[in-house]
Amino acid sequence: MKLFTIAASKMRSLVIGAACLAISGSVSFGEEDTVKVGVLHSLSGTMAISETSLRDVLLFTFDEINEAGGVLGKKIEPVVVDGASDWPLFAEKAEQLLVQDKTAVTFGCWTSVSRKSVLPVYEKYKGLLFYPVQYEGEEMSPNIFYTAEAVNQQAIPAVDYLLEEGYKKFYLIGTDYVYPQTTNLVLFEYLKSKGVPVESIGGGLREDAEGNVISAGNYTPFGHSDFQQIVAEIKAFSASGDACVINTINGDANVPFFKEFAASGLTSEDCPVVSFSLSEDEFRSLPAKDLIGHLGCWTYFMSIDTPANKKFIDGFQEWLSKTEVTGVVKDDRVTCSPMVLSYNGVYLWKAAVEKAESFDPEKVMAALKSGISFDGPGGTVTSQENHHLTKTVYIGETLETGQFSIIKSFDDVVGEPFLKGTFMPK
Amino acid sequence: MKRFFPIDSKSEGLTLGLILFFVLLMPLLNGLVPDGSAFHVSSFQLSVWGKYLCYAILAMSLNMLWGYTGLLCLGHCLFFALGGYAFGMYLMLMIGELGAYKSTLPDFMVFLGYNELPLHWKPFYSPVVAVLAVFLVPGIVAFVFGLLAFRSRIKGVYFSILTQALTYAAALLFFRNDFTFGGNNGFTDFKYIFGADIRSEGTARGLFLASGFMLLAVYWLIAWMLQTKFGKVQKAIRDSENRVRFSGYSTTHFKVFIFVLSAMIAGMAGALYVPQSGIINPGEMWPTKGLDIVVWVAVGGRGTKIGPIIGAVLVNLLKSWSTKAYPDTWLIILGCLFVFVVLFMPNGIVGLWAQGKDLWQRRKGAGITEPEEAAA
Repeated sequence: MKLFTIAASKMRSLVIGAACLAISGSVSFGEEDTVKVGVLHSLSGTMAISETSLRDVLLFTFDEINEAGGVLGKKIEPVVVDGASDWPLFAEKAEQLLVQDKTAVTFGCWTSVSRKSVLPVYEKYKGLLFYPVQYEGEEMSPNIFYTAEAVNQQAIPAVDYLLEEGYKKFYLIGTDYVYPQTTNLVLFEYLKSKGVPVESIGGGLREDAEGNVISAGNYTPFGHSDFQQIVAEIKAFSASGDACVINTINGDANVPFFKEFAASGLTSEDCPVVSFSLSEDEFRSLPAKDLIGHLGCWTYFMSIDTPANKKFIDGFQEWLSKTEVTGVVKDDRVTCSPMVLSYNGVYLWKAAVEKAESFDPEKVMAALKSGISFDGPGGTVTSQENHHLTKTVYIGETLETGQFSIIKSFDDVVGEPFLKGTFMPK
Repeated sequence: MKRFFPIDSKSEGLTLGLILFFVLLMPLLNGLVPDGSAFHVSSFQLSVWGKYLCYAILAMSLNMLWGYTGLLCLGHCLFFALGGYAFGMYLMLMIGELGAYKSTLPDFMVFLGYNELPLHWKPFYSPVVAVLAVFLVPGIVAFVFGLLAFRSRIKGVYFSILTQALTYAAALLFFRNDFTFGGNNGFTDFKYIFGADIRSEGTARGLFLASGFMLLAVYWLIAWMLQTKFGKVQKAIRDSENRVRFSGYSTTHFKVFIFVLSAMIAGMAGALYVPQSGIINPGEMWPTKGLDIVVWVAVGGRGTKIGPIIGAVLVNLLKSWSTKAYPDTWLIILGCLFVFVVLFMPNGIVGLWAQGKDLWQRRKGAGITEPEEAAA
């Protein structure tokens, strides 16, 4: 049969090709005057809309540093790969960056699952990853530095603010995955420790056989669109006039939620919603009009009026207008907290490398743990022993433009990843 | 005539020999050639190729269903993922107290406040149970679904849509945190497999070899079945199911059997894949993943023995390479390739030779040749 002749010849060439590829991969071409740095974000798939912005800001930061002379006299050479919102692919790409490209450091990941996927890889090869997006904590890998907001740098200050303003009832709602689940469990404990009775915490509780609370709040699947019943529940819950909503709904499911919320006649006056997953960048694709007056809480807002922030925004806009990188959207760009935390991460890494006088991940991590400060666009950040950052937390009110007007700030909040079980009820 | 080694031609034998050579060579280059030599294969490359082999097995299992029986299953990723989850449960329990919380429970359960291992997790301490579950869980799901679908004579595009709906529903279920399978994050950060350190080079070699031999075993099984009477009925169902039924065969039983077998092979591929990729989560059963497998089979050559292997390896090789070389445009490159294959290469890469010969002979005016039997 002829068929198998071709099959055989195809297979042969494939095997030879494969062998060549396998061999070529193991030869590295090191250049003396550059240092390779990995960028591991999803440039395609469901997360691309958020993560592409981080790729852009990282490339901008590298260019800014290179123009100023590089790191330890070496220019940064970015190696950009696409994780494609595909979690096993994230692990493969991370390993490729470490083994084949021998990158000194990687900046990347957005979702918790992508970080969980690459974590064993960084631990195996003793690499270094900077993770820039608000997350649930409960993790401290020796090979990851979290510039991200921990739960106590977002959710807890927000609740403190609301308590201060006299709100007494809290409705918890989120998308069903680990970040909202953990945040709400921590908040549940925190609210109880502040003397808020269990009846005043809305959204429902789930208990195990022994009566321990294993889940607090109301959860919807990714991309959920029918919020009629939940909003009706919130309306009844907030009838007393002293209730607010803690929202950890992810991504575009926020649109139908806020639409339904506004349609039911509720306003930010009756019952403010504080959201942790909606930043300026999300408002590029989501309509802001149903969110006017509702609150956001991050460690950076674009509206911060400082010279450092102005320099950052101007520099980024200028880079955008000049860049020739394919796939960069040039118009109507904004800056947001994950972008600034990526930017801060690169500068902290640079400072740590210079302090350690080495690109060795272990030495760089040791330098980071010793405490390094950087005056970033959102104020001064300082690296801590526990792989997190001390930084300023801001609470802002959403404006029609998709920007936030800052109404409160908490200075020097220490990032704390392990919070569950630390708050004792009053 | 039935043969125990159902090899149709010298060149097929040669191809299999080359695959075997490749499967044996890669671990040798990893283990014996020192690091730094141009011929050294890193354990990273070994695990990437191990994953390609798992994809190839998965593609073969779909081809068995689609290429030889005419049942286009768009949710084959579900069986792959179920096999992966079943084995992943064992791997999760083997982490023991090395997790972030130093608890015997998997991290995500501590996370969600569980104090005790749920009952259905307990048997998975045993590797034997886990390996059995790798075959049984996908098998049972396929049996129930297949029986319901085929008995109601659901065929063609309706069957395809239902399989897609099935995997979508399963993915939504697995996304739920209270389903006790880790929700969105799934299982990750494995430490030990059958007592061996999962991050060691030796384990990488072992897993690669296991994937390679399983691929050859599945190849043999498919080739052997094709030459039996069963294989003839299988192809007859593909070509004209009504005629087969009118001839007195219960096509339902045949179809259920082949569906279950195919699901079990897919489950096994998933179980081999999980320790090599290091993660399993509901994303693996998302409907787009099911379409990926169909693309691999179509690119390689549907209804051929070697086509799915070529398709799966080639497409994934291309994906691995292009996500780094062209991170911004790789989807367009791959998309164009698929469109090209569908439009101009109906029999995939394997069918290319016959297609070219046909074209050449037509030019010469020698008339149209008979299409290759296997490429039909």
